[in-house]
Amino acid sequence: MNLLSLSGNLLFVAFIAYLIATFFFGGAVKNSHDKTEAASRHADRWGKLAISITIIGFISHLSYFITRWVYTGHAPVSNMFEFTTAFGMFIVLAFIVMYFMYRATVIGLVALPIAILIIGYAAMFPTDASPLVPSLQSNWLTIHVITAALGQAVLSISALAGLVYLLKVVKLDKPSKDRFFLEAVMFFLVVVIGFVIASTTFSAMGYEAEFTYINKEEQQAQIKYDMPPIFGMNQYQQLTEGTMKPLIETPPLINAKKLTTVTWALLIGSVLYVLIRLIARRRVSAIFQPLVKRANLDLMDEIGYRSVLIGFPIFSLGALVFAMIWAQEAWGRFWGWDPKEVWALITWLFYAAFLHLRLSKGWEGKKSAWLAIVGFAIMIFNLVVINLIIAGLHSYA
Amino acid sequence: MEKETVICTCGHENPFGTKLCEKCGNPLTEEEKNTKVVDMRYDGKAIRSKTYNKSFVDKVWNFFSSVKVGITLIVILLLAASIGTFLPQEMYVNAGSPIADKGAYYESVYGFFGKIYYMLGLTDLYSSWWFQILVGMLGISIIVASIDRGIPLHKSLKNQRVKRHASFMKRQRVIASGEVADGETTLNDIEKQLKAQKFKVRRDGTALLAEKNRISRYGPYINHVGLIIFLVGVSLRVVPGFYVDESMMVKEGEMVEVPGMPGYYFKNEKFILETHDNNGQLSGEQEKQGVNVVAKNFQTNAKLYKQPEGAVSGDTSELELVKEAEIRVNHPLQYDGYSIYQMDYRLGDLSGMTFKLMNKATEESYGELTIDLTNPSKMYDLGNGSSVEILTYLPDYDGFKDGQPVTKSPNPNNPAFIFMMKTPETPEGETSFVEIKNTIEPLGENQNMMKFVAPQTSNASGLTINKNSTLPILSVGGIIFLLGVAIGSYWNHRRIWVQITDNQLLLATHTNKNWHGMKRELDKLSEHVALPAYEDQLALTDSEDEEEGDQ
Repeated sequence: MNLLSLSGNLLFVAFIAYLIATFFFGGAVKNSHDKTEAASRHADRWGKLAISITIIGFISHLSYFITRWVYTGHAPVSNMFEFTTAFGMFIVLAFIVMYFMYRATVIGLVALPIAILIIGYAAMFPTDASPLVPSLQSNWLTIHVITAALGQAVLSISALAGLVYLLKVVKLDKPSKDRFFLEAVMFFLVVVIGFVIASTTFSAMGYEAEFTYINKEEQQAQIKYDMPPIFGMNQYQQLTEGTMKPLIETPPLINAKKLTTVTWALLIGSVLYVLIRLIARRRVSAIFQPLVKRANLDLMDEIGYRSVLIGFPIFSLGALVFAMIWAQEAWGRFWGWDPKEVWALITWLFYAAFLHLRLSKGWEGKKSAWLAIVGFAIMIFNLVVINLIIAGLHSYA
Repeated sequence: MEKETVICTCGHENPFGTKLCEKCGNPLTEEEKNTKVVDMRYDGKAIRSKTYNKSFVDKVWNFFSSVKVGITLIVILLLAASIGTFLPQEMYVNAGSPIADKGAYYESVYGFFGKIYYMLGLTDLYSSWWFQILVGMLGISIIVASIDRGIPLHKSLKNQRVKRHASFMKRQRVIASGEVADGETTLNDIEKQLKAQKFKVRRDGTALLAEKNRISRYGPYINHVGLIIFLVGVSLRVVPGFYVDESMMVKEGEMVEVPGMPGYYFKNEKFILETHDNNGQLSGEQEKQGVNVVAKNFQTNAKLYKQPEGAVSGDTSELELVKEAEIRVNHPLQYDGYSIYQMDYRLGDLSGMTFKLMNKATEESYGELTIDLTNPSKMYDLGNGSSVEILTYLPDYDGFKDGQPVTKSPNPNNPAFIFMMKTPETPEGETSFVEIKNTIEPLGENQNMMKFVAPQTSNASGLTINKNSTLPILSVGGIIFLLGVAIGSYWNHRRIWVQITDNQLLLATHTNKNWHGMKRELDKLSEHVALPAYEDQLALTDSEDEEEGDQ
């Protein structure tokens, strides 16, 4: 077994550990419903087991990171798979640290599933180790990306605490904006699962379909779909025999392959969502609500605020200051209004607004929780949409 | 105009607008008297913007000092910045695109949306006047708001009394009150324990004030100073001499005067492109996005020369070699505050052309000549009485205008020549106009012709020259900002007031954030000193918990 496959196995172990730990956190939270001493001791034991398994998972995850680093010779943060996996790892790290600061088991119940989804999402991208292009051959790659990812991970904890807060306080028995958007968040999470299902299914089937098309520079190009083409590229010509004919042809500006992927994820996610609703006969938020019943709102609010306070300086350092130093060194300009840079600035401005709203306008509790979720959405947008859809210096996959 | 004052029950004369008496903390406004927990943001000091709103200056001051306005500016900037990422900005649009006009480019590639986007100026959003004005307004807001609140806060934190009014203490968020066994001993024990918890403790009779990490309150003001220094640094870029950003294409073997770097000459010794062995595995997507996974190294081996002091511009006779470097991406050549970066390259540029002078009928050759397209000679002697003179050289021939051949640019993209050919048979010479695919004989039929034999190509390095004297200012601003953010985020200002009169204890606490930490301090204190239980007057109400009891 070479180092690369060892590293892959370690990541898999981490994934499984997080999955198991989630159930233990569930057990810990469930048992804390009962206020008797025996039950609380029981809950304590579940909680301890849960965090121990989380830590084992994290160590395995970290070992994946290190072995891959040794194998490729550079910090494994240079493509979509590597970066997203590292982001998931830092979320778990931030959660572990927060756990020992506040002992909030209920956060684990949200943090680990989110980490699992992130790793699952990452695994849908090519995992090949490739050498670095010249512009990435710098120690600043390691320093900038790791600090920025760590900052984002700590900031994400705020959204997790916010989610617990909202799941607990939002009344699900009567219609409200809160109820609608909370369910929208749940739907989005189900769509991520839909994406993972779509990718794994079609790749297990070995689906491939090649097309030629005319790109927006009016030149002929070739493209390979790995999912049945719902949308076809501009003036496509089918090259692979016996595969599905695209249903709709798109103008040159639109990348029909990506649109197809998004559509499949939405389709399968929606089907899954409807199935869950039919089987459970209630909202997805309502399924999770009982689990957070015992969550301490004050503590959730505090964790939400504290993680922004801790994460904001790290994010500023990694995503802006180190980025500027590197850009100055590589290109002779510390700032170039590259889309990814702009979105890092937007994230920074957003959390600056968050802090000012909280300090001066007293936005606490529900408002603050929603802001934290919007902040997380901005970071995910920056990771997914900016990297994959908008071309720039940071396009990875 | 005489300033109004507010006189507190304790006799202290406070400036107009004070919310909590500067001396004892007693609430002075109706609003503060009626709340459960007083507003401690600036320790109740009079804030200019909240006090005066009469003159024009007041109104402008109040506008910029408003946190609401500040947040609004942040949000507008955030939204504006995001709009600029919808389509690539002009600076990223390929300069080599066949469509010279940017507007037409956006329209052809992005359709109607692209046209509107371009017309609205969104393709160059970040250098637009309105975007810069927004940044400027945010800068002013940061300065004004910091002065407006920072100075009163500083004054109040510097002149804190130990003894506070009971109504001040009861209106703090976390408080405790009740009877203790022995007032004097308890107070002494509290003092001892809080000192052990690293508080700075002051006593005034039966009152005690313990405080730690006051610096945390200054964090926001420190980071604002850093931001302002940074913004000033950025705007200094417009000062001549502070900022140089030029670029050049230099062929291998060529020496050029460095743009933006007067008195310096740059010689490209060699351009190196190394690629990984990866059997050309480049997905269509990567190719499309310009990600070049095959490249391993782009490098220019260069020599930098300097003219002696006082030399005439263009005089290259006495150049002194000052630096030799291998310029790679991430490894610029640095000299005298200037940096030269590897940015781009061109392989196989046309650099020279070889021609043969020959007789059209017999195809007999009189000899060959090679013309260096960047620096052609005037006259080429082929020996045996034959010679070729270049009457006119058009590096980038673009047809005839007013009867004269014209060139589009000085770059040899489409070279054309007017030659004067002389051979022993035609000593008076023949004129020939030669461009790549075409020969014209303007003065009648010639006997001889210039036959194109072969092109010479060379590689060229694209480099940028950068000097940014504002970098030290930006660094200072950045460091101060980070320090301020860290101080404001990682330290918490904590204060505990205790008063014991007739064995009745009244304890009040204040922290700027992290109330859990504050409560932990109190828990630790209670472990060592018997105290009445504390109460959080602002704990978020947890209605679900009450229902829990029914189950």
